[in-house]
Amino acid sequence: MPSLEGYLVVSALLFSIGAFGFMARRNAILLLISIELMFNAVNLSLVAFNAYLAPADNAGAVFALMIMAVAAAEVTVGLALVIAIIRTRQTPEVDQYADLRE
Amino acid sequence: MLAVGVVGAGVAVVTLRNIIHSAVAMMICFGSLAGMYVLLGAPIVAAAQVLIYLGAISVLILFAIMLTQAGDATVPAPYHRQLPIAIVVAIGILALVVWAVIQTDWGGAADVVGAGVDAIATALFTVYALPFEIISLLLLVAIIGAIYLARRPEEDERAN
Repeated sequence: MPSLEGYLVVSALLFSIGAFGFMARRNAILLLISIELMFNAVNLSLVAFNAYLAPADNAGAVFALMIMAVAAAEVTVGLALVIAIIRTRQTPEVDQYADLRE
Repeated sequence: MLAVGVVGAGVAVVTLRNIIHSAVAMMICFGSLAGMYVLLGAPIVAAAQVLIYLGAISVLILFAIMLTQAGDATVPAPYHRQLPIAIVVAIGILALVVWAVIQTDWGGAADVVGAGVDAIATALFTVYALPFEIISLLLLVAIIGAIYLARRPEEDERAN
């Protein structure tokens, strides 16, 4: 029988995996994928809270749907930006984007 | 079982060297999450998860990967030089959240009552009508922004 704590621990694991991927990987597209993992971790915890603590109102589910729409908008603009950067820099690796430092 | 799918696929996303394999692992992770939403009694969220993440975002990311990768997508050194700091910070976040979850007394959390699709729809179009409209405006702005960013520069058009 899964419990609220179980869902929250899975959510925390997924969020830290996403944070790790965002900080440790070099590929710009993988950074966006890591952000999506963190979005999903938050969504999971919101839906779990809604199901266990406040089943009367549907705020958690509605909030999760809103986050999904915002995530879709974010990934659209983010991928367009990343593709534009990769097209000019010829590399997807973020530690070679050092123009502002030079 | 679904939790193993979510966490295992998540670890695979950030550790695999080939970014296409990472994207496929991301799809497995999102699919397992949709199953968890069904278990949590939120079928409309599960359906949106499948449609938006498995359908739209995964395909978009796979398209972006295939547009930008030349040849073999496997990279020899996938990690940034700040890898040790990243490990420490990620484990720190995990420990903090898990500690908070265990310390808190979640009273009365016993049974899952499914939220009906009609109840969510009613809430979405009455109580949350204004955020709903703002979301549609945000999506419109995102579409225009993506078109503007993805447009080729002017001199390319003249050269063609």
